[in-house]
Amino acid sequence: MESLELIRDRILSALPQAQLEIVPNGSANNPASLRVDAAHALAVAQFLRDDPALRLDYASNVTGIDCPDVVKPEKVKITREYQGQSIEVEETVQTKIPGYFEVVYHLYSMALKHGPLVLRQRTGNRSDQIEVASLTPIYRGAEFQEREVYDLFGVRFQGHRDLRRLLMWEGFQDFPMRKDYVEPDDYEYEPTPHNEVLDKTRRHYPPEVNHG
Amino acid sequence: MVDFASANEPVVSPLEMPTGFHFTPSSEGTVGEGLLEVSMGPQHPSTHGVFRMDLVLDGETVVRLKPVFGYLHRNHEKIAETITYLASIPYTDRLDYFCSLTNNWAYVLAVEKLAGITPPERAEYIRVIAAELTRLQNHACMMGFLTQDLGAMGTPLMYAFREREKILDLVEALTGARMMCNYFRFGGCRTDLPAGWLEQTRQVVAHFPHFLDEFESLLITNEILMARTQGVGVLPRELAINASATGPVLRGSGVDYDLRKVDHYGIYDRFEFRVPLGDHGDCYDRFMIRLLEMRESIKILNAALKDVPEGPVMDPKIKIRNFKPKSGEAYGRIEGPKGELGFYLISDGSTNPYRYRIRPPSLINLTALEDMCIGQKIADVVVILGSIDIVLGEVDR
Amino acid sequence: MAVDEALRDELRRQGIVTIQLETLYNWGRKNSLWPLGFGLACCAIEMIAASMARFDLSRFGAEVFRPSPRQADLMIVAGTVTKKMAPQVVRLFNQMPEPKYVIAMGACAISGGPFKQGYNVLKGIDRYIPVDVHIPGCPPRPEALIHGLMLLQRKIAGQKLTGPDRPSHLRADENGEFPVPAFGAHDLEPAQNQSVWQPPKLVREPV
Repeated sequence: MESLELIRDRILSALPQAQLEIVPNGSANNPASLRVDAAHALAVAQFLRDDPALRLDYASNVTGIDCPDVVKPEKVKITREYQGQSIEVEETVQTKIPGYFEVVYHLYSMALKHGPLVLRQRTGNRSDQIEVASLTPIYRGAEFQEREVYDLFGVRFQGHRDLRRLLMWEGFQDFPMRKDYVEPDDYEYEPTPHNEVLDKTRRHYPPEVNHG
Repeated sequence: MVDFASANEPVVSPLEMPTGFHFTPSSEGTVGEGLLEVSMGPQHPSTHGVFRMDLVLDGETVVRLKPVFGYLHRNHEKIAETITYLASIPYTDRLDYFCSLTNNWAYVLAVEKLAGITPPERAEYIRVIAAELTRLQNHACMMGFLTQDLGAMGTPLMYAFREREKILDLVEALTGARMMCNYFRFGGCRTDLPAGWLEQTRQVVAHFPHFLDEFESLLITNEILMARTQGVGVLPRELAINASATGPVLRGSGVDYDLRKVDHYGIYDRFEFRVPLGDHGDCYDRFMIRLLEMRESIKILNAALKDVPEGPVMDPKIKIRNFKPKSGEAYGRIEGPKGELGFYLISDGSTNPYRYRIRPPSLINLTALEDMCIGQKIADVVVILGSIDIVLGEVDR
Repeated sequence: MAVDEALRDELRRQGIVTIQLETLYNWGRKNSLWPLGFGLACCAIEMIAASMARFDLSRFGAEVFRPSPRQADLMIVAGTVTKKMAPQVVRLFNQMPEPKYVIAMGACAISGGPFKQGYNVLKGIDRYIPVDVHIPGCPPRPEALIHGLMLLQRKIAGQKLTGPDRPSHLRADENGEFPVPAFGAHDLEPAQNQSVWQPPKLVREPV
């Protein structure tokens, strides 16, 4: 398959408005990925599928990733008025880097037997801009997997014809694969050597209740 | 957080009844006059576990089919994010519980890709042998279950399980467990072969073609089997590709895509084998693909058992405990007995994966189930589902 | 009124067998258990293997797997019970006619097993329905299932037809129905059936 840079340039010549970015992969022997904006994701996917040199006709794996908000402490120098003089004070400011969800598609070609091309879409944040474009009009195989991402991460797919929960029941309110999901507390005491289960049990029975 | 509760009205109310039939009045909603809504599963003798389908029927003909998942959603992915890379291997056993060895392989392959590990030669041979033995027993049982769904109560399944027990004996000698093997490690295999294991395996493999001959003579020209499967549940080639079908389901529709040939993973390049392809994409083709694949697996096994090299089975430099791959991501996939089984791992440099995703072949092969079933009779739905060969542990994870 | 030994032996020589009704009744019941053909997860495969030729569950009279709960009197909960599946399991158990028994097969059905930490995994089916025999293992071997079945047979053989400890199906005040949990916003509601299962009290030694 062609290099990712070449593919990006070819997409850009066909779709000049598309915003593409190559995301490097920390693992050296694995492919980097191509991030596309939600507005052009469908057109880019169609290009990738129909281009005679690529023919990525097979969406193998679709999944979500949760990247929570990061709060970074940063030291900033600020000038303050103090008793008529202006002095420089160093203060720690908490800068909040908003988190996002990512949806990752692994595209292969069954016709030319190459791949993968890793395509990513990113949401604006984790609270209200959580929409990406559904690629189901191009790849039917993404149907259940996008529903699963909706179910477990809460990412909404524009253009998905049947976006319902896949694994959990209707009426379930949470999105369990999010990093900040709090599971229901049903850890009653059970004799187990499993440390994490024991920790959760301790939280279930606060010590002040059970002394005696 | 946004409230999605009202965003998408369910087309079919999914959680009303566990099993049985109920009539929907014709005045209501989507189900029109004379149409019958049937909820099949999650407790149903032929849904292979806790799978459920909501069917709309016109008489006996299927008008609509919506699969309902999640009755065996065991949160494998979430649990795997809280435990180490090594500790996830036993969980992979429980994905597709017929084929724990191939599940192990797919996972360790992804970790090996992530960390850039190459297992020793002997381990590669053991992996191929174990994976092909798994394929043999999976396909044999799948054919047994399919014929049971066709109404052959028990007999072919008994034959298949008889052969399966022979293979399980080998697996137990090798790994210590019948089903939950927990055998492969990133960087090789857990233990070396026990004494005399290769000889035993050669005997079982040498006997297996007799079982296939017997099965073939009993089944493939059987009139009932042909009538019930030929032309039933046709999956066209283009749809199979677009719906991301893999494995025997895809090849039954005539698409030449076998990851053992495409990805050249392991040492499959060293063995001569052919990839059987179907012509019509119906249930009979999918049935026959399995039978022919078993013949090819026996070829691979015979070749692999001949020249297993001496040497270590585990790369001694790999620290499987406290294993910290560099941050990055990798997607590893193998040709499992059910299709492409892939693991997508993201590492942030710590001992636990940041994201751990399983690409389940059984779930994605069901994408086109509705298209295959529409227009067929309800009794054929059971056969079509059986011919896809799903395992719920993998569908719901 | 008991028949004395000598008379019983004499009668047996004449081809007449005397037996207590209770023993006969339990003997009949224990040797024809009809399990519900109901597989949840991995353990179901071992359950099927147990009914196949090598292990041959029919030697113990329990090979007639019924697809309908109305025809079954033994529920083998073989596998992980998820929260999404738990109401269905309870409903199936309610649909079974009395007398009915439950075998919790495998670590998952007992306590959640390896998947205990899952948000969708019920931490033991005994939170909703009473369990007669627990079979540990992940999955238990077919021999273990057979052993569990024999334990259940022994339990059935020891049941009294009259008296205060007679089994629940001989009590008029018990209908054998258990409340079906509902799907809540975060968890099943209620999280356990208090009449069947109470969380153990954790008594801590004061530090």
